[in-house]
Amino acid sequence: MSGVALDPKTAPPFPMAAKTALGDTQLRKNVRHATDVIQAKRARVVGEMPDWQELREAGKQIRQHTMENLDFYLEEFEANCTRAGGVVHWARDAEEARRIVVALVKASGSDEVIKIKSMTTEEIQLNSALEAAGIHPFETDLAELIIQLGEDRPSHIVVPALHKNRHEIREIFRREMNLPELGDQPQDLADAARVFLREKFLRVKTGVSGANFLIAETGGLCIVESEGNGRMCLTLPETLITVAGIDKVIPRFQDLEVLLQLLPRSATGERMNPYNSVWTGVNAADGPRVFHVVLMDNARTEILADEEARQTLNCIRCAACQNACPVYRQTGGHAYGSVYAGPIGAILTPQLQEMHHAQSLPYASSLCGACYEVCPVKINIPEVLIHLRNKVVQQNTAGVAGFFDVEAGAMKAMAMIFRSERRFRAAQRLGRVAESPLVRKDGWIGWLPGMLGGWTQVRDLQEMPKETFRDWWEKRGRNGN
Amino acid sequence: MATDMVTNSARAEVLRRIRAAKGGVATAEAARAEWSAIERRYRREATRSREAVLELLEDRLRDYDARVVCVRDAEVAASAAGMLGDRKVRRMVMPAGLTAEWLPAGFEFVVDEGLAAAELDRVDGVMTGATLAIAETGTVVLQNVAGQGRRAVTLVPDYHLCVVRVEDVVETVPEAIHRLQATAGLATTFVSGPSATADIEMTRIKGVHGPRSLDVILVD
Repeated sequence: MSGVALDPKTAPPFPMAAKTALGDTQLRKNVRHATDVIQAKRARVVGEMPDWQELREAGKQIRQHTMENLDFYLEEFEANCTRAGGVVHWARDAEEARRIVVALVKASGSDEVIKIKSMTTEEIQLNSALEAAGIHPFETDLAELIIQLGEDRPSHIVVPALHKNRHEIREIFRREMNLPELGDQPQDLADAARVFLREKFLRVKTGVSGANFLIAETGGLCIVESEGNGRMCLTLPETLITVAGIDKVIPRFQDLEVLLQLLPRSATGERMNPYNSVWTGVNAADGPRVFHVVLMDNARTEILADEEARQTLNCIRCAACQNACPVYRQTGGHAYGSVYAGPIGAILTPQLQEMHHAQSLPYASSLCGACYEVCPVKINIPEVLIHLRNKVVQQNTAGVAGFFDVEAGAMKAMAMIFRSERRFRAAQRLGRVAESPLVRKDGWIGWLPGMLGGWTQVRDLQEMPKETFRDWWEKRGRNGN
Repeated sequence: MATDMVTNSARAEVLRRIRAAKGGVATAEAARAEWSAIERRYRREATRSREAVLELLEDRLRDYDARVVCVRDAEVAASAAGMLGDRKVRRMVMPAGLTAEWLPAGFEFVVDEGLAAAELDRVDGVMTGATLAIAETGTVVLQNVAGQGRRAVTLVPDYHLCVVRVEDVVETVPEAIHRLQATAGLATTFVSGPSATADIEMTRIKGVHGPRSLDVILVD
């Protein structure tokens, strides 16, 4: 894998990328193992909660209510955060968010930043922008460090390096940290990361983070993490810059009582993750002296405007849907061509691209519904997938384009054929004649031309029966038996 | 400043887009009424006896490989001495305001008065109190108050000994959030076991960046 960022604008369509991924048996083994382990852990800790469904329902209602009053809660958050000494910035898109962060880092006087794992900064490819401005970002989450040092790309929302096994990680650390004697036990690798990063934590004066929740009522923020690298970045630097999507706001502090139960159990299968940090503005005696929050839209308002797809914004980024998805479990995350992979990526990515890119993603699903079942805030992902498929078809068949669209033309022809018995029978006869050169001796078809080849790429097709049921029925009637 | 102008027009534009998307402006009254109508049928109060809650907390903490003892107030210092001895730590840091009677004799305690991170990195451990503990999740909650101190103090040293009073133990997360509501603006850290990661083949490894060991003394 190269260090080229996952960008839906340039990524190959899902079926092509998936085919490559399916050929990588080591990747499939790693992904299968990791998702099996998380799923089993999740099932155990969810199973011990007698009120899990009630929590899910409350989570859904809180998120839905937030989206319906998003302008109010963002303004409330801004006022309270500002009152507590934070500085709130707004960004219409990724480009604007990157510009603001780069300017803020420069103003902090630092040419290095320590970073907490953040999907939002991955989404806007912040690291490349920082590097282009001469600022070195150090990823401090263990998995993100593995990705950064290995010039790789994240493949999972919560465990971004789950496609790598310990031997592969050891090779990266040996090379990049110059540790030829490094062992391959997970403990050895974690210890190496601890030593490598501790010096950075103590030295670098500017931190960059994402956020799990912005609390409108108090102007506070909440970050949920495991390793303590998050706490390091939130407390040791002099300047902290947080980038958050506008969808991350929650109404009140009390809502944490629901979300802090749903998120850890769904994400890592723990009753509670090791560390949750809640902080509000700045405090002269505790943590950074300067604190900025960048509230970023980047197409989230487009999603808000689509009533049927709006629930996509309710996502709290737990990745339970990825672990449960039979498609993701086979292909891993890179095939989705976006930092948001799996079922949530299949609905989120095309919408973040305003439906201009990643059009194959809504089809990257069997609609089995496993994602909906595990979603802690009850996002009906299959429903949104179908809605987006509809939008893709409408886009591709709108105006003159539709006239030249082969699939749309074929669908129209099918509709015409199915409307008339005579045409249907004629089509069946034609089909039997047309298929005859393609049928093998064993009665199966292994190759079809053009678009139909999509079917025979991965499975054979049985030849059409010599006689249809209708033909047989009619013949039987004439013979009287 | 130019950035402010950009941000201001971005602010107006993002809010305009949101209102256009929803077809209207959200008001405080409507938001409050709707928020109050959210169905909260999950458990919001304890369902176990006090003994069972404390037992559950001990069990959950041990599940995270933390060591737990439950002692009387007068025994805290002795119990702390035992734990520090077992962990072979000598030099400890403590926040101002930690109950003096809890401090064990024979160990060096440095009071944090804004120590630099590098200085915190040179002590063996930290001893603090806690605002509360949540039994169901094995969590201790620390805030920036006397006896608990600023966040870096419980983060940089490799060992954390935390003293929790039994009256501060709740069973569920909602009870904890309810108790924290009045001080929600303070820097608050939920600690559930020692720092850990499962980033390598989903194997839980203790102690990546935060303290690698956590011990808890419950005071009755």
